[in-house]
Amino acid sequence: MRDAEESGRRRADGSAPAALAQEDQAAEEIAAYAVYVRKLVKRYGDLEAVAGIDFEVARGELFGFLGPNGAGKSTTINMLCTLVRPSSGVAYVAGHDVARERDAVRRQIGLVFQDQTLDGYLTAEQNLRLHAELYGMPRSTIAPRIAEVMSMMGLHERRRSLVNTFSGGMRRRLEIARGLLHSPRVLFLDEPTIGLDPQTRSSIWSYIRLLKAGADITIFLTTHYMDEAEHCGRIAIMDQGRIVALDTPDVLKASVGKDRVQIRTEDDAAAAAALRERFGIESSEAEGMLTFGVAEGEQFVPRLFAELGVPIRSVSVSRPSLDDVFMSYTGRTIRDSEASGTDQLRQMATMWRRR
Amino acid sequence: MSSAARAAGTGGADAAAEAARSAGPPAQIHVPSGGARGELRAIRIVWWRELIRFSRDRLRIITSLVQPFLFLFILGTGLSTLSAHGHFRISLRTLFYPGVLCMAVMFTAMFSAASIVWDREFGFLREMMVAPVKRASLVLGKCLGGATVAAFQGLIVIAIAGLVGVPYEPLMLLEIFGLQLLVAFSITAFGVMAAARITQMQSFMAVTQMAIMPMFFISGALFPVSGLPSWLTVLNRIDPLTYAVDPMRRIVFAHLKLGGAERLAFAGGVTWWGYRVPTLLEAGVVAALGLVMLGVAIAEFSRVD
Repeated sequence: MRDAEESGRRRADGSAPAALAQEDQAAEEIAAYAVYVRKLVKRYGDLEAVAGIDFEVARGELFGFLGPNGAGKSTTINMLCTLVRPSSGVAYVAGHDVARERDAVRRQIGLVFQDQTLDGYLTAEQNLRLHAELYGMPRSTIAPRIAEVMSMMGLHERRRSLVNTFSGGMRRRLEIARGLLHSPRVLFLDEPTIGLDPQTRSSIWSYIRLLKAGADITIFLTTHYMDEAEHCGRIAIMDQGRIVALDTPDVLKASVGKDRVQIRTEDDAAAAAALRERFGIESSEAEGMLTFGVAEGEQFVPRLFAELGVPIRSVSVSRPSLDDVFMSYTGRTIRDSEASGTDQLRQMATMWRRR
Repeated sequence: MSSAARAAGTGGADAAAEAARSAGPPAQIHVPSGGARGELRAIRIVWWRELIRFSRDRLRIITSLVQPFLFLFILGTGLSTLSAHGHFRISLRTLFYPGVLCMAVMFTAMFSAASIVWDREFGFLREMMVAPVKRASLVLGKCLGGATVAAFQGLIVIAIAGLVGVPYEPLMLLEIFGLQLLVAFSITAFGVMAAARITQMQSFMAVTQMAIMPMFFISGALFPVSGLPSWLTVLNRIDPLTYAVDPMRRIVFAHLKLGGAERLAFAGGVTWWGYRVPTLLEAGVVAALGLVMLGVAIAEFSRVD
C-alpha cells in the first residue's frame, strides 16, 4: 500500500534515478526508527500548539516527553497516533507516515490516554475483547493473549468484574494491558500516572519497567512529573510547543553543571558576605537557608567548613534534578509554567471537544 | 483507594513479575490488515457492546416503557369518555396503538444514540476512534445496535396488542416488527448525526427533545391525518415521522373489524395532492432519510483535525 503510494509520488515527481536511490535510503533509515519526526507543526488558529519539532526514537527505547501542561506534549502524541492531522511537517511511526497511512500506523501502536477510555459497564475481559475485535486480531489468539496481558498487569482475578468497580490504579493497568493486547511495536503512554497516588504511581512504573524488560517494544511516554522522567532512556523537554533539550537524564543533568548546596548557619548575612569575599560565590537566602551552586559540591564542602569562618549548623548537597534542568532551559519551574499554561490548555481542550 | 487494594496492587506487581519471568517474553501477534472482514468484525463488536450495555441497564428497559404506556392507557382511557358520545365504536386505545408502537422505539433509539455523547465525555469514544477500522463501520455498528435494542423494546409493546383490541396475527406482527426496526434505525442515525456535533449531554437532550416531540405530535400518532386543517396537513406531510406512523396504522387497521365509515375516518391515510401514498413508498421515505442521516453521521465522524 505504502510502496504503491510512494512509487506513485515518485512518478509524479519524475525524479532522477539518483534521487530515487537517495530516497530509498532515506525510507530505510526512517523505517529503522520507531518514531521519526521532522519539522512537525500543529496550529489551532493563531495558537501554535506544536511549533516545528524534530526528533527520532530508536527501536526498543523508553523515550520520555517532559513538560508542563499545555507545552504541546499531548498534541504531539495525538499527531503521532493519527488522531490529529499535522499542519505541516512529517512524522513516521514504525516506518509508516501518520498522515497518509493511518490504519497501518494504528495497527502498530498501542495507546494509553491521559483520560481513561474504558467502558465501565463492561467487564475487564469484555473491554479487551472489544479491543481485540476492533483491531482484527486472529480469533484463535484472542483468548490466550487476553489471559497473558491480564496476568502481566496483575488483573487476572478481576477479569470478570465490571470496570466501574475498579480503582484508579487498576483501571490504568487495564488500559496498559489493552494497549499491549495487539502486540504493538510502539506503546504510547500519555501521562500514565496522572491523578494517581504515589504508591500506585510507583506500582505502575514497576509494571512499565517489567514490560520493557520482557518485550521488544518501544515505549513513548509523556509526563510532567520530574522524578518519573528519570526512568526514561532519553528525554525531550518541551516548552511552549518546542523541544528545548533532548538527551539522556544524566547528560541533561550534567549540562546544568552545578550541584546545589544549601547551608544553615548561625548568621546568614555574615555567611553570605564571607561566601562572596572568600569564594566569589553569590548565594540566595530563602526559608532560613543559603542556597548556591558549585561545580563539585562534595569536594567543596570540606573547604567550606575550613574557610567560611561562620559556624555552620547543617549542609546539604544535591545533584541537579530534572527540575533544575527544566529551570535552566526555560527559566521557569515546571509549576510556574503550568499556572500560565492553564488557559492555553483549556483552549485546546475546547478545540478537541468541538471535533 | 483502600489500603488493602493498594497492598494488592503492589503485591500484584510482584506476582506479575514472577509470572513474567516464568512465562518468558510475551508472544508477538501479527495483526493482519483488516479488509472487509475486519470491518464486519468491527460492526459486529460495536453492535454487541450496545446489546450488553442495554441488558445491564434494567432500569432503562422499564423507564423507557413508561411513556408509551401512559399515552396508551391513561390518555387513551381518559379521552375515551369523550368519544363515547360520538358515533364510532373504536376505542381510543386502539387508535393510539400504532403511534405508540412507533413511540416505544423512538425514545429508546434516541437514548442509544445519546450514549455516544456519554462515550465522548467518558473517553471511550477515543478508544473506538483510534482503532484501525473505518469510522463508517463504527457508526453503522452503533446504528444497528440502537435499532436492535429499540426493536426489543418495541416487542414488549407488540406483546400487549391484545389489551387494546388488536388481534395477534403472525403476519401483522411481523410487519409491525419490521417497520419498528426501520424506524429505530433511522432515529438512531438521526441521533448519531446530532451527537457528532453536539458534545454535551444537556444540549443533546434538549435538542433531540425539541426535534422529537413536535415530530411525534405532528405525525398523527394520536389522531387521524385525513381531513386536517390545511396548515396542519402541510406540516404533517413534511414530518418524516408521518411516514412511519401511517404505514403502522395501516398495518394494524387492516386487521381490525371496522365499518366502512370508521375505516375512512381513522385510516384515511397520507395523501400527496390526492394521491394515496402506498405503504412501501412510505417505508422507503423512512429508509431513505435514515440512510442520508447515516451518511452525514459517517462523514462527520470521519473528519480529522
